[in-house]
Amino acid sequence: MPINFILPEFEVERNDYRCIRCRVCERQCANGVHRYDPDGDVMLSDETKCVDCQRCVCLCPTRALKIKKNDAALRTNANWKQNTILEIYKQANTGGVLLSSMGNPEPFPVYWDKILINASQVTNPSIDPLREPMETRVFLGKKPHDIERDANGEINTELPPQIELELPIMFSAMSYGSISYNAHKSLATAAEALGICYNTGEGGLHEDFYQYGKNTIVQVASGRFGVYKDYLEAGAAIEIKMGQGAKPGIGGHLPGTKVGADVSKTRMIPEGSDAISPAPHHDIYSIEDLRQLVFSLKEATEYQKPVIVKVAAVHNIAAIASGIARSGADIIAIDGFRGGTGAAPTRIRDNVGIPIELALAAVDKRLRDEGIRQNVSLVVGGSVRSASDVVKAIALGADACYIATSALLALGCHLCRTCQSGKCNWGIATQDPELVKRLNPETGKERLVNLLTAWKHEIKEMMGLMGINSIEALRGNRLMLRGVGLNEKELEILGISHAGE
Amino acid sequence: MKYVIIGNGPAAVSCIDGIRSVDPDGSITVISKEDHPAYFRPLISYYLEGKSKAENIYCRRADFYESSNCGVIHSEAVAIDTDNRSVMLKNGESIPYDRLCICTGSSPFVPPMKGLETVENKYTFLTVDDSFAIEKAITKDSRVLIIGAGLIGLKCAEGLRDRVQSVTVCDLAPRVLSSILDDECAAIVQKHLENCGIGFSLGNTADRFDGNTAMMKDGSEIGFDVLVLALGVRPNIGFFKEAGGACGRAIIVDNEMKTSVDGIFAAGDCVEQYDISFGDKRIMALLPNANLGGYTAGVNMAGGSAEFDNAVPMNSIGFWGLHMMTAGTYANDENAQMIEEKGEKSIKRFFIKNNRLVGFIIIGDVKSAGIYTNLIRTQADISAYDPDALTKNATLLPFGENYRRKTLGGVV
Amino acid sequence: MKRVTVHEEWCLGCHLCEYNCAFANSGLADMVKALKNQKITPRIHVEEDGRIHYAVSCRHCEDPICIKGCISGALQKGADGVVTIDHDKCVGCLSCMLLCPYGCITTDENETVLKCELCVKNGDIPACVQGCPNRAIVFEEVQT
Repeated sequence: MPINFILPEFEVERNDYRCIRCRVCERQCANGVHRYDPDGDVMLSDETKCVDCQRCVCLCPTRALKIKKNDAALRTNANWKQNTILEIYKQANTGGVLLSSMGNPEPFPVYWDKILINASQVTNPSIDPLREPMETRVFLGKKPHDIERDANGEINTELPPQIELELPIMFSAMSYGSISYNAHKSLATAAEALGICYNTGEGGLHEDFYQYGKNTIVQVASGRFGVYKDYLEAGAAIEIKMGQGAKPGIGGHLPGTKVGADVSKTRMIPEGSDAISPAPHHDIYSIEDLRQLVFSLKEATEYQKPVIVKVAAVHNIAAIASGIARSGADIIAIDGFRGGTGAAPTRIRDNVGIPIELALAAVDKRLRDEGIRQNVSLVVGGSVRSASDVVKAIALGADACYIATSALLALGCHLCRTCQSGKCNWGIATQDPELVKRLNPETGKERLVNLLTAWKHEIKEMMGLMGINSIEALRGNRLMLRGVGLNEKELEILGISHAGE
Repeated sequence: MKYVIIGNGPAAVSCIDGIRSVDPDGSITVISKEDHPAYFRPLISYYLEGKSKAENIYCRRADFYESSNCGVIHSEAVAIDTDNRSVMLKNGESIPYDRLCICTGSSPFVPPMKGLETVENKYTFLTVDDSFAIEKAITKDSRVLIIGAGLIGLKCAEGLRDRVQSVTVCDLAPRVLSSILDDECAAIVQKHLENCGIGFSLGNTADRFDGNTAMMKDGSEIGFDVLVLALGVRPNIGFFKEAGGACGRAIIVDNEMKTSVDGIFAAGDCVEQYDISFGDKRIMALLPNANLGGYTAGVNMAGGSAEFDNAVPMNSIGFWGLHMMTAGTYANDENAQMIEEKGEKSIKRFFIKNNRLVGFIIIGDVKSAGIYTNLIRTQADISAYDPDALTKNATLLPFGENYRRKTLGGVV
Repeated sequence: MKRVTVHEEWCLGCHLCEYNCAFANSGLADMVKALKNQKITPRIHVEEDGRIHYAVSCRHCEDPICIKGCISGALQKGADGVVTIDHDKCVGCLSCMLLCPYGCITTDENETVLKCELCVKNGDIPACVQGCPNRAIVFEEVQT
């Protein structure tokens, strides 16, 4: 084999005094990094295979292991960075498109971190959420323009269909195929326990999970995998996936090796066949076409289910959202460029799309300006990392947030960003039964419930300190936000003042 | 209800437990020939070896008889009057019973041997008193000759090795443990024992004695200071036989441990009962069977209902690091198929008949052998199991996930 | 009573239970000190074949046959239902190993019997359960 030029990215540091040769690291590494040599009674490591998933570190009972960044370095070059050079080597080795997973890791600005939240002092009292009621429940869907009354003057309470959420957070789309059965089960059961929704992604709905239907959003994507009448009727809402923040403008590709019997049945495609989602929906070339699909789905489900249209945050997002709001959709979901993926071409993930914070502010303003904001609810995702990100998103105009990376982290993901290999040591992004079983869905559910219970407490605390006692009152309340270190243009788009103003 | 138990070993105390599990009030009388509370007979060699302390050999806590509300008479039963339901004692007393359990065990068998009366230091090895007596007789310089290379003889040899100058074991049979091992397995054990310092003279035995010298059959002479006679045991069933009870080589009992005589039960080393691995009745003088049989007898005596219907012979013995286990039936059966697994330091032989494991011999790698014993005891059909997975290592792998879910995930 | 139950579908075959058991019963405060360069003799063991793994430890049977076969009275079932071994009494005859239908009895380097005692001397929750990374070994009340 010719030299491949690739430097190992990580280094395994083993404290030999602490190592008791229990070989847990060896048994737990699906990448085959660790190996016991009985002749020398030593543990050996092949760091070229290490992806820094930290599984061995977490399971080592004597904490003898450390995975470090390999300091073996090419000569420093501010233009030709080491990673840039290694990517060239990789492509020269294989002739292939570079693949990556999870969200864009490049150092683009994170606007959440440049926005600060207001608090009540003296003239406007804050609210103690431990003493006063605090409403985190939200309803997603089209709201009426005006209050209508019948002949007797009674308020007409008939609303278009809504999704009811106990807190303004949902688990965003991750398909069965890209993540494991146990990961899906964890999400489904946690959503049920939390009174929120999870999202099937484009992989169909496993028959075992129809029971969680009222907490499920079923997705219809360009590949139409697993879509049929029962599927559409199973969920609380239907989501048309037009785009994904990590890879706007392209489709998905689940390799045939991951399409085992169960995935094949759920996706309704032959076992072992590649599941390729086309880049566009081949029946949608205009807002009018989108409207046809929206109403086809509504017709199929007797107008009982809200329809979500999910798009990636791209340059003209405000205009696009305006179109969608007129297509009959009940909810618009916008996915920012830092959103995750199970596999995307590296160049696309790292260079296409725009930050969700700017997209959200622009869309909310545009829909308000056009007087159609109540036509739709806005759900935003693409790296919502904490309760404060949620609060800021709602103050910028969102009705709810989608989280996925945060949820996977709660399930044990260590963001090694090698989902595309299918050898997830944490049992999340894999279909290998031996790895899938590493995620016990009982534990998974508990951890997800814990995470969002904690966030709910934090959201209430933050609303309370602003003197606000419901999500409704926080939504679009941009006076509660100030920017730091942002230029005039950024502040203008975000629709917020600078700190100190 | 008056319960009488003749004998005071493990079967007897298990019988008391069995009675008390049903009837907390009836009077129980134990007739004990030995002057000790019930003790674990196999421990007498470990006592000599120093592994068991004298105070630790008892089957139950000191207050057992009292807390079980149970009287103990130190005497020996000599006859049973089945018509009047009473037991005659050596001291002339007569003890009436409603239910009787015979747990008399067995006694050493010593055939007539020329010149034996000239040997001063000669002992049998079955009771703790034998053990105490041998302990008194030996010194660091003693040469011990043990007649009999069966379980008792070899365990005695193990117990004595480090306390005397030499131990020699002789037996008329050409191999050690002839009742439980075949030639090849016996050779492994003998070799190991020789390496551990035990001398053997097999296929040979003492023809006659003259003081401290044994004149052997092959003409050689073996000098000794202490002689241990371990030629075997005979069940103590004389008085039962005389009372008209049905006996083979021992008292015949059914699965409820009932004898042929109404109101009389029996358990322990003095009974023969149905061996499911063998398909006929035989003596299985082993501690687990004594416990299980005694308890069953007790329950049934008190009007409860219990069966001991899966008795099989079994042995677990070890000598200085070499363990061997046997169970079931494995000798001289042409209809049984043998599967052998040989390792570097171990040998396993499985005997299979009609798709059922009926016996095994394992020397060396005895880990988890109870899995095999269980297959014999439950007469499981093993045709569905992968023979390799079954015999290579003793694990629960061959039995499937459902079996494991039940046993490892539930209460058994 | 609470028992250790094993849930094979979640067992990863990592063998951590064996090491946690050996450590908990070592009497030492540091795992490295306790287990470094030692051949461990845990009271729980993992059996495996390819993709099948599961841990086996004493079932604390309702009617433990090991006790019936114990020739020294070393094995006892307490009022709490826990089957324990008295090392002062055990002579290492391994009759219990010959009888245990599940292969739960093991020995230490001195050839006396070791078996799971539910960590009654080590704390509230057995070490194998506490250290199991995937809840494959659980300490729970089980209905008979």
